[in-house]
Amino acid sequence: MQTKIKHDFLQSEKGQLADKILRSCVHCGFCTATCPTYQILGDELDGPRGRIYLIKQMLEGHTVTKETLNHLDRCLTCRACETTCPSGVEYGHLLEIGRSEVEKRVKRSLLQKVLRKTLLLILPFPKRFAVLLQTGQLFRPVLPGILKKQIPAKTRLTKLSLKNHKTKMLILDGCAQPALAPEINHATRKVLDALDIELVSFSGCCGAINQHLSDEEKALVIIKNNIDRLIAEFDNDIEGIVMTASGCGAMFKEYPHLLRNDEHYKNKAEIIANKTFDLTEIINTEKLKNKLNVNKNLNIAVHTPCTLQHAQKLPLNIENILSSCGYQLSTIKDKHLCCGSAGTYSITQPELSAQLREQRLSGLMVGQPDMIATANIGCLHHMNAGSTVPVRHWVEIVAENLKP
Amino acid sequence: MRYHCRMTRATKDNRKSLRKQLHQVLPKTCILETPEQTIPYESDGLTAYQQKPWMVVLPESIEQVQTIIRLCHKEGVPVVARGAGTGLSGGALPLANGLLLSLAKFNRILDINPANRSATVEPGVRNLAISEAVEKFNLYYAPDPSSQIACTIGGNVAENAGGVHCLKYGLTVHNILQLKIITIDGELITIGSQALDTPGYDLLALMTGSEGMLGIIVEVIVKLLPRPEQAQVILAAFDDVVKAGEAVGAIIAEGIIPAGLEMMDNPAICAAEDYAHAGYPVDAEAILLCELDGTNEEVTEQIQFVENLLTQKGATSLRTSQNTAERLKLWLGRKSAFPAVGRISPDYYCMDGTIPRHQLPFILQKISDLSKEYNLLVANVFHAGDGNLHPLILYDANIEGELERTEEFGGKILELCVKAGGTITGEHGVGKEKIDQMCVQFKSLELQIFHDIKHSFDPQELLNPGKAVPTLHRCAELGGMHVHDGLLPHPELERF
Repeated sequence: MQTKIKHDFLQSEKGQLADKILRSCVHCGFCTATCPTYQILGDELDGPRGRIYLIKQMLEGHTVTKETLNHLDRCLTCRACETTCPSGVEYGHLLEIGRSEVEKRVKRSLLQKVLRKTLLLILPFPKRFAVLLQTGQLFRPVLPGILKKQIPAKTRLTKLSLKNHKTKMLILDGCAQPALAPEINHATRKVLDALDIELVSFSGCCGAINQHLSDEEKALVIIKNNIDRLIAEFDNDIEGIVMTASGCGAMFKEYPHLLRNDEHYKNKAEIIANKTFDLTEIINTEKLKNKLNVNKNLNIAVHTPCTLQHAQKLPLNIENILSSCGYQLSTIKDKHLCCGSAGTYSITQPELSAQLREQRLSGLMVGQPDMIATANIGCLHHMNAGSTVPVRHWVEIVAENLKP
Repeated sequence: MRYHCRMTRATKDNRKSLRKQLHQVLPKTCILETPEQTIPYESDGLTAYQQKPWMVVLPESIEQVQTIIRLCHKEGVPVVARGAGTGLSGGALPLANGLLLSLAKFNRILDINPANRSATVEPGVRNLAISEAVEKFNLYYAPDPSSQIACTIGGNVAENAGGVHCLKYGLTVHNILQLKIITIDGELITIGSQALDTPGYDLLALMTGSEGMLGIIVEVIVKLLPRPEQAQVILAAFDDVVKAGEAVGAIIAEGIIPAGLEMMDNPAICAAEDYAHAGYPVDAEAILLCELDGTNEEVTEQIQFVENLLTQKGATSLRTSQNTAERLKLWLGRKSAFPAVGRISPDYYCMDGTIPRHQLPFILQKISDLSKEYNLLVANVFHAGDGNLHPLILYDANIEGELERTEEFGGKILELCVKAGGTITGEHGVGKEKIDQMCVQFKSLELQIFHDIKHSFDPQELLNPGKAVPTLHRCAELGGMHVHDGLLPHPELERF
C-alpha cells in the first residue's frame, strides 16, 4: 500500500517499522472476516484494515480525534487477523505504534483516565489485587448476582507432597492468577511432578497490563526487572520458565521485539524468550497418558486463547494433548474467535466484551460439552461469568485424573 | 484524481438537505462523515484508485435502505453500494459528491431449506459463511472466489463473481434463484423465484454482474449443491510455463471437466508457499492444481487418467491429495495467492482478462515480453481451465510514475486478450478499472444498449454512476489515443 508518512516520524525507528508494516498490507480485506469486532459492528473502522488505515492517516499527518482513539481502543489485540493475513502484515506491532502515537495526540476523558490509572495501580501488583479480591470474597454472599459472578468463591488447596527432580523449571506466578485461581499452578505442580519436572516459583507480572494500557515506560521497567532476575535464575540449572497463562507467555515471547532497540537488553531478551514455554509445549504426552485414569464420559470443548493460537502460533496444542490422552473433545464453531476478555478489555469495553463472550460461548456450546477447557486466566474468569458449564484450565482436568 | 459524478445535478444545498434528513432517520453511529471516518472507505480491494466519499451510511434494516435511497433520489445525490470492499476492479470506489452505502451490517442467514437446496441470505453474508452454515446438511454453495473468506454475497452477485470451482459449477449467475432489490425510487422488488425458471425477461441474469448500477441488492436466495462423495487434487509441477499451458488444453480436450483447474507461475508459487506452507515446489516454473470430484469410483478412475496425461505432457512431479485436510491446504495456497504476493511486492495490480484456452501459450509469451518492456515483474495466477487470466503486475506505489506505467501495461494485456478472441474481464467486473477497455471490447451500438438498460432502471444515473459502462464520448476521446491497425475505434462518432 502506498504510504506518505511524515518525514520527521519516518526518520525514527518506529516510523521505519510502521512504514514497513503498512507497505506490506495490500488492502485485500481478508482480515475483516476473522476480526471479532468487525463481525459484530460491520464498520470498516472496527476491523483491522480500517484500523490500519486510521493509523496510516495519523502517521501521514491527518487530523486525529477521539474517533481514532475509540476505534483503536476497541481492538482486542487478539491478532486473529495476523493468522488470516496472507501478506504477513504484523498488525500487532503496528497497532502498538498506533496506540502510543494516538495517546500523544488525543486527550482521554477524565473518567477513562481514572479507570485506566486505577487498573494500573491494582492489577500488576499481586498483593494489592489479592487484598481487593479477598474483600470481595468476604462480602460475596450478600452481593447481587451479577457482581457475585465476577468474584470466584475462595478455594482451599490440599497440601502437595512433591518429589525433587533433576529437571527444574521456573513457573510464573503472575499478577491476578494467584488470588483468582491458585488451583491452576497447584494442578500444574502435580502434573509436572508426575512428569519428573520440579517447579520453582517466580513471582511478578509479565508487564502486559501496562503495555496494553499504553504505559510503555512502566512496562519496560517491569520487563527489564524480570529479565535481570530471570538471567540470574537461569544460571542455577534452571531449564526455562513455564507459563500457565498463555497471555503472560505471549508477552514474554514479545520481549525481544519490545527491547529491539536496547543494546544492553536485546540479547538477554532473546535468551528469555527462547526459554519461555507455554505449559502445552513441555508436556510429554506419551508419558502423561500412562499416568492418567481419563474420565472418558466427560465431553470437553476447548477454547484456545488468542494469545496461544494467534500470538504464540500454537493453535492445536491443547486439543492435541487432551485427545492423545484419550479425552473426548466436543465439536466447536469459530475456533479463531476471541472470548472478549483480552486483558483489561472486559473492563474498558464492557458492552462489546459481553457480546463477544456470548458469541464465543454459543460457538463452544454447539456440541453440548460438560465443560470448557482453556489455557489463560483472563479467558477462564471472563467466560465463567457467563457460562452455563464450568470453564477450567485444561491442566486442572488432567491433574484430577492423575493415578494415585 | 477525484472521482466525481458529473451527471448529477445535485448541489451543495441538496447534500445539505440530504444530510439533515439522514440524521433524522438513522442512528448517529450509522453515519460517518468526518474525513477521519470516511478516508478508510476510499478504496475497495483495488488500492490504485482512491476517492474519499462525501458520506458513508451503515443502515441496519431494509426499511432504512429504502428511506436512504428515496432521499437520495429526491435530492439527486448519487449512491455507491459496498459489501466487504474486497472487489478488485474498483466497483465500490466511492464518489466525492456521493453517498457510500455499506451493506456490511446485513450479515444474517435468514433461512436454510435443505429440501429445496437453497438458502436465503442477507447481502452482507460472507461467501464462505454460507457453505459453513449448510455443512451440517452436507450441502455447499459452489462459487468460491479466492476472497471467499471475506467477500460478501451481495458483492458476488453485483460482480457475477467466479472462483476456482466455476469451471464445473458455473459463476454466481448460475447459482442463485432469487433477488430482492431496492430500485432507485425506493421500491422493494423481487426478481427470479424459488423455482428454476421464471417467465418474462431473465432479469435475474441481468441484475447479476450489473455492478450496483440497476438497484441495491438486499436479499439473495442461493442454490446449494450436495457435497461430492469424493474430491481429490493433483498438484503437478512443470519446468516450463508453456508446457503447463499445453497440459491444460490436453485435459479439457479429453472431455474431462475438473472441478477446478488452476495454474500458477514461479513468483506466485513462492509467495503462496511462504504463507500457506502447502508443500508447493518452489523450484518449479509452473504448477497446475487439478481437482476432480464425484463418486469414489469416478474420481479414482479420473485421477489415474489425469496423472498419466500430466506425465505425458511433461510434468516433472505429481502429488495427489490423500485427505480433505491436504486438499484444502493445497487450495489455501492458491486462494491466498493474490495477497500473499504482498510478501514480495508492496503493491500489485491484478488483471482479469479471459482468452480461449488454446491461446494460453501465446498470451504467456506476450505478457513476458511486455514485462521486460515495462520493466515490471509479473506473477501469474490463472483459472487455467476456463481461460481466465490473473496476471499480477508488481509495482511500488511509493515510486513516482510506477502506478501509471503499471496501468498502461495492464491495459495492454487486456487489449491482447480481446485480440486473442477473449474478454477484458472474467469475474472481477469492469468497475472503474476496466472502463476504458470496454471501448475496445464493444462497439457503440452495443454500449448504447447498455445505456438504455441503465436508463430504464435509473434514468437520472444515480446508482454507481461512472462504472462498468463508458459513455460514448469517453470512448471517442480515448479512441484518439489508441489507434489499432491504423483505424480509430468508433469512427462514426464526432471527435471532441
